[in-house]
Amino acid sequence: MLEMRRENLLNAGIALLLLAVPLVAWAIDETYYITVASRVAILALAGVGLNLALGFGGMVSFGHAAFFGLGGYAAGVLSHHAFEGSAFMNWPITIDGSDATLTLWFAALLLSGLVAVIIGAISLRTSGVYFIMITLAFAQMIYYLAISLPTYNGEDGLPLYLRSNLPGLDLSNDLTFFFVCYALLLLAIFLSVRVVGSRFGAALECARQNETRLASIGIAPYPVKLTAFVLSAMMTGLAGALFVELNGFVSPSILSWHLSGEIMIFVILGGVGRFYGPIVGAALFIVLETVIGGYTERWQLFLGVILLGVVLFARGGVIGLLAGKARHD
Amino acid sequence: MSAAFIFEQLLNSLQLGVMLFVMAAGLTLVFGVMGLINLAHGSLYMVGAFFCAWVAGETGSFWIGLGAGLVAAAAAGAVIEMLVMRRLYDRDHLDQVLATFSLILIFNEGTRWVFGSQPLYLDIPDALATSVPLPGGGGYPLYRLVIIGFGILTAAGLYLLISRTRLGMQIRAGESDREMIGALGVDINTLYTLVFAIGAMLAGLAGALVGALQSVEVGMGEPVLILAFVVIVIGGIGSIKGALIGAVLVGLVDTLGRAFLHQLFALALPPAEANGYGAALASMSIYLLMAIVLAWRPKGLFPVNA
Repeated sequence: MLEMRRENLLNAGIALLLLAVPLVAWAIDETYYITVASRVAILALAGVGLNLALGFGGMVSFGHAAFFGLGGYAAGVLSHHAFEGSAFMNWPITIDGSDATLTLWFAALLLSGLVAVIIGAISLRTSGVYFIMITLAFAQMIYYLAISLPTYNGEDGLPLYLRSNLPGLDLSNDLTFFFVCYALLLLAIFLSVRVVGSRFGAALECARQNETRLASIGIAPYPVKLTAFVLSAMMTGLAGALFVELNGFVSPSILSWHLSGEIMIFVILGGVGRFYGPIVGAALFIVLETVIGGYTERWQLFLGVILLGVVLFARGGVIGLLAGKARHD
Repeated sequence: MSAAFIFEQLLNSLQLGVMLFVMAAGLTLVFGVMGLINLAHGSLYMVGAFFCAWVAGETGSFWIGLGAGLVAAAAAGAVIEMLVMRRLYDRDHLDQVLATFSLILIFNEGTRWVFGSQPLYLDIPDALATSVPLPGGGGYPLYRLVIIGFGILTAAGLYLLISRTRLGMQIRAGESDREMIGALGVDINTLYTLVFAIGAMLAGLAGALVGALQSVEVGMGEPVLILAFVVIVIGGIGSIKGALIGAVLVGLVDTLGRAFLHQLFALALPPAEANGYGAALASMSIYLLMAIVLAWRPKGLFPVNA
């Protein structure tokens, strides 16, 4: 019980710290750090998505960049058409571009969810190392599709000139944009807590530990895992849509397998199966990138060494280090 | 579309196939014996290519460079096995993925540090820089035929190594029961280092040979690594025979898709669109092949009972 309380306190501290950084940055007029905080919140959201599949469902997806990128492309392409005043498609139904934030988010959730149903349905027939490689391969397939389709500039990507319209809020204000990302991040964490705590979550946990046992009490593991996988992909897809808006740019690089690895790093650095872990992981990653990247271009070398050290010697991630072992270990 | 063109494309797909096999064989060997998924296999490919290009540039001889590339890749493999991989055999696949992913970051930046950011160029040896006439007209570069030869030799060599030698017997025994062969007095640590170094050397061979066809640059190993993953997933992870058949299949589908799909689309679409969609579908084709194989056989074509 003591350790649970310690983790709860730690979680509250993490959430408040992420909120405090942009406020301080705004107060001392260092707007660059507001954008950095937004990046942390968005990447953490992607990590929260992956954590649901990886941490709680035991599905080691090495292809979550696919969902991140698809969410980003769904939002980016629709707002590109809205800016051009053209339609996304005319046949069999007309779909116009859109600059309404909620429409873009809906498109991102829909596209990443639909593709996750297909990828998940095939990949979940396998397990273990096959699953890792297949999710990676599917993500590469979508990456190459984005590169070779000339319609949206292929490898060069699309610039987006305006942020979208959310009724009542001005997203072109960096601080407002951060608050929106932050709210969605906390919402996703809240949703994860509720899902994991539900009957469905108990079935998912059981599927992670022993599928045969789950099947023997009358619950088929496959649909449970598939549902969790799709939910996980949709969260990551929403993060992709936010990321594209933050950068004002969408290109195949958000589909690359390096990003899949990085999202995985956020989850691991923070601690697998810890609800607030991805925030710590993403923040640590961005801090390393900013601090070491300030001294040397070779920051990825140091990132590699640090990450290797964490994997080999500090299992359980930062939250595991600070709050003790997780309950289910 | 002439017969010579089709023949040329078939040879190209065979060349891609055997190179993928050389890559995939090391990957699948390491997985089969040690149960390790090694993302850094592409980095060893890169190490082989860089050392080959560097030494060949210094000495003027491609063959000395090739030897240096093989030695460098095998040595790099042995070192990372002893420093890192050894700690990962008992871990779950997630830890292995992350640790070897960090190795990729280290290798990429390290290579950039040592060799600089500019790509290196490796010339095809003069004796092989000619082409061989094809039946039906046209010619085919001799060097690519030599690559095919190297690939076939590697496949034969691996087969003999594993089925006919003492080391091969230990490797096969290690695949089926590692505690038992340890108990029988085989030094399992040395065996693992050796197997890993062999896999690394194969990756280095592929890198050095392909390095002469394209530029030698940081990150060159990663696309090949992912293709090699597709190959071993199709073939059945841990199976060398599966890797061979998977590699040839992937080589065929990829090369023929790129050569012919846009012509197929051109029957129904205007040329510009046909090229665009043809290229897009061609780049997806091997992943579709993988999806079809897995939907039919989730453990690959030649599943290994572990």
